[in-house]
Amino acid sequence: MTTRLRSFPDVLLSVENISLSFGGVKALTDISFDIAKGEIRAIIGPNGAGKSSMLNCINGFYHPQQGAITYKGVRRSQMKPHEAAEQGIARTFQNIALFRGMSTLDNIMTGRNLRMKTGLFWQALHIGPAQREEIEHRKAVERIIDFLEIQHIRKAPVGQLPYGLQKRVELGRALAAEPELLLLDEPMAGMNIEEKQDMCRFILDVNDEFGTTICLIEHDMGVVMDISDRVVVLDYGKKIGDGVPDEVRGNEAVVAAYLGVSH
Amino acid sequence: MLGAFLETLIGGLLTGVLYSLVALGFVLIFKASGVFNFAQGAMVLFAALTIARLSGEIDNKEVHLANFVVAAAILGLAVALIGWYAWREFVARGGGPDERRKMQILAAVGALVGGIAAYSYGKGAWPIWLAIAATAAIMGLLAYAIERLVLRHLVNQEGIILFMATLGIANFLDGFGQTLWGSDIYKINLGLPKDPIFLFEAVFPGGLLVDPGELVAAAIAAGLVVVLAIFFQKTRVGRALRAVADDHAAAQSVGIPLNTIWLIVWTVSGLVALAAGLIWGAKLGVQFSISLIALKALPVLILGGFTSVPGAIVGGLIIGAGEKLSEVFLAPILVKAFDLAGGGIENWFAYMLALVFLLFRPQGLFGERIIERV
Amino acid sequence: MLYREAGQFKTTYVADQQIFPILQDRIFVLAVIVAAFLAVPMFASPYLYTEILIPFLILSLAAIGLNILVGYCGQVSLGTGGFMAVGAYAAYNLWLRVPELNNLIVVFLFGGLMAAAVGILFGIPSLRIKGFYLAVATLASQFFLDWLFARVKWLTNYTPSGSVAVGNLSVFGWKIETPADRYLLILGLVVVATVVAKNLVRGHIGRSWMAIRDMDIAAEIVGFRPLRTKLTAFAVSSFFIGVAGAMWAFLRLGAWEPLAFDINRSFQILFMVIIGGLGSLLGSFLGAAFIVLMPILLNQLPGWFGIRMSTALLSHLEFMVFGAMIVFFLIVEPHGLARLWAVAKEKLRLWPFPH
Ligand SMILES: Nc1ncnc2c1ncn2[C@@H]1O[C@H](COP(=O)(O)OP(=O)(O)OP(=O)(O)O)[C@@H](O)[C@H]1O
Ligand SMILES: [Mg+2]
Repeated sequence: MTTRLRSFPDVLLSVENISLSFGGVKALTDISFDIAKGEIRAIIGPNGAGKSSMLNCINGFYHPQQGAITYKGVRRSQMKPHEAAEQGIARTFQNIALFRGMSTLDNIMTGRNLRMKTGLFWQALHIGPAQREEIEHRKAVERIIDFLEIQHIRKAPVGQLPYGLQKRVELGRALAAEPELLLLDEPMAGMNIEEKQDMCRFILDVNDEFGTTICLIEHDMGVVMDISDRVVVLDYGKKIGDGVPDEVRGNEAVVAAYLGVSH
Repeated sequence: MLGAFLETLIGGLLTGVLYSLVALGFVLIFKASGVFNFAQGAMVLFAALTIARLSGEIDNKEVHLANFVVAAAILGLAVALIGWYAWREFVARGGGPDERRKMQILAAVGALVGGIAAYSYGKGAWPIWLAIAATAAIMGLLAYAIERLVLRHLVNQEGIILFMATLGIANFLDGFGQTLWGSDIYKINLGLPKDPIFLFEAVFPGGLLVDPGELVAAAIAAGLVVVLAIFFQKTRVGRALRAVADDHAAAQSVGIPLNTIWLIVWTVSGLVALAAGLIWGAKLGVQFSISLIALKALPVLILGGFTSVPGAIVGGLIIGAGEKLSEVFLAPILVKAFDLAGGGIENWFAYMLALVFLLFRPQGLFGERIIERV
Repeated sequence: MLYREAGQFKTTYVADQQIFPILQDRIFVLAVIVAAFLAVPMFASPYLYTEILIPFLILSLAAIGLNILVGYCGQVSLGTGGFMAVGAYAAYNLWLRVPELNNLIVVFLFGGLMAAAVGILFGIPSLRIKGFYLAVATLASQFFLDWLFARVKWLTNYTPSGSVAVGNLSVFGWKIETPADRYLLILGLVVVATVVAKNLVRGHIGRSWMAIRDMDIAAEIVGFRPLRTKLTAFAVSSFFIGVAGAMWAFLRLGAWEPLAFDINRSFQILFMVIIGGLGSLLGSFLGAAFIVLMPILLNQLPGWFGIRMSTALLSHLEFMVFGAMIVFFLIVEPHGLARLWAVAKEKLRLWPFPH
């Protein structure tokens, strides 16, 4: 296994002393870490460690009771999910959250919604600006479709696609937003080796070609160690490790947390 | 002024108990099967019609032969269909375990056929208790038919589809009830006292005027509400029902099949409808507009929550009181201010009340705040 | 001509994004529209116009409006009748109070716009209330609006019974007098409205609605603003419904009272949407046709068999059969007539080779 050693001078997002609880359940306790511009940052940890909750805080879906998040230099204690999207944060979900009644194409087109501006009037006529806009974005979406190699399911309703393809479409939808920060919640869960390899390739390509910063949650240690630049480890809502993959691998607390936990 | 206020309040609360009762019918079904049963009102009408016709003096001239023939034909068809289904299942399971249920069903069918026969000879009215018992059996049969012919084929469909299906059932029942029993205005005579009584004469000049019939009716309704609440909280079936609401698999583990649970809830809400129809019919006479009582119970549902028994109870009281108070005290002001052609705001006031409340507390009266996950 | 799409390659995105990508479909729809405009007036009787074609077209429009809200945006509404009433009475008041105008198109548009405004108002709770809670909450609008038009005398011009009437109608100088005139006007408006609706649902606004419908949380995370999206749906939907209400009042009834738009109307339109198919414009038409034609058929049926019945019994039976048919349809095809149509078309495409 090789660890990629790259350096990233600028901080894109930093999480400061975040605590989040649901009733009595403490999902996150006093978490701080940062994500550098351009890196692939992984969050790992056993089930229920609070990984998904962490992403949900970053993109404004959960509102932590304490702490703040600084993104692109602006410090906030809360924001709304659509505000996060407007700020260039896109994500995929652990349990696929596609729009099941729509086709692959339409799903990915929704990723570009923030860039589509024509109002009701032109939309109602579907000529002039509305049509130009539709085609311009359609072209961008077609590039993503080509990139993810899903041309053949362009018009298929996503609800009927196999799981692996759905995950890919979901990634496509997130990519369509051309995000600065891409949050991926277990993008490879439930995939076979081949599909995982494809997915790894897509993630690395996105990072390389577009310079997109990526924060991903993954249970497959091999994958994590392979593709990520730095890793945060959570356990029971607490941070127990943070560093480059080799450091984390050597960390005793991390090893203890993972002992007996098989994935 | 205070006297008038209290009088209105009491009247409102007494009506509110009835709303609670009808709302409970909705809650039961929604909790156990996620079905928003719009046929609840039609069930109330159907039950009231049945009781009224079975217990009322039957004037032979009044028996519409054509109605009866058509209804009997349809009924025969339905019974045959149900019988066929039951038989098929009986055979498929190789006889045995379900025997008891089959017996119950047969008994119900027997009761119904007997009832119809008696009706058709139409020589005299049944005593009220007999009419109620027969109607109860019919409501059970109805529940069975609905489960068999409708719900079973719509499992796993979206809520709105099931809702529409119950609208279809409501249409069917409205038509069926009136085909079977005619559509005149009937009376149900429960022997409720009629003369108004005056309470707290010492405190208020002239006392508070209360209709004893309403008082008795409210007491019956309140009793039923309590019984149902206990049924839900304490009995095995009740617990299973609550489990179903949370999780279908969990319910399975309690050991009661889903279909049986549905049958039970629909029967129970049929009985609740019966009670509501009985009381409402005794109060206002049995006519088509009874089925609209369901619309009155809907604000209760959004106020109290579709799945909350205490919500239905308290919500019913709030809506009942709010409605009457608004009509008596707010409506005249509105009429004056806006030069209206009469008040009648009670039709929407309850809805607005519930709506405004929901805006501030979307989880309803007793609901817990849920944080959605992704 | 065989129904095939083989050989029809799309070389541009414009071609790929057409409403009817298949040539045969385009020809068929065009033929239907031309026939509706030219052939129907050659033979149609007043009965056919007033009892079948006019109700069918107007209610189709209302169904399209409701379908936008329920089928595309996933917000169940039981207040359609109320919004139709807003359209009708707003149109009436404009027509009454600005007699110089006397142009039905303007009057109808005004009705639609007012309905849209009211729709937005009653759509606000949809941000916090979902599912059946919202459905019941929309009944608030139904009952409130029913009451409003029955009680506020100004709205009905102080007529003692609350019933109002219109007459002497025209559009840009074209006098609308015969049933045929009314039919042609309605047909024209419905065709335009349908094209507009189709354009909206296939563009990014339509996608925002469907995203909210399919998964509101994900939609928000993708960047849609839930309230704005829902209110747009409420506004557009109510606009169509309001126009339909105004047309119903002016061109179908001529004289009406608030009862014409009561809760039964709401359910009727909802039935059309569900039976026709949620999220399908074609379905709105099919559903409307079904709901308009069925009672007429049921009424005629006993006569054909020489059975005579009292009208009361007949109406009860109608209720029963109608209810049973609804349930039957939902069981057979929960996705509505539009799905049946699509399946049939799919079969046709493969015919005569089964696979
Ligand atoms: N919306 C919510 N309401 C209540 N509790 C929640 C909610 N979301 C998360 N939790 C709780 O917070 C804790 C952390 O959950 P989270 O989903 O973040 O874990 P995770 O690390 O993503 O686990 P997994 O590997 O299983 O996905 C869990 O105990 C979970 O039950
Ligand atoms: Mg998780």
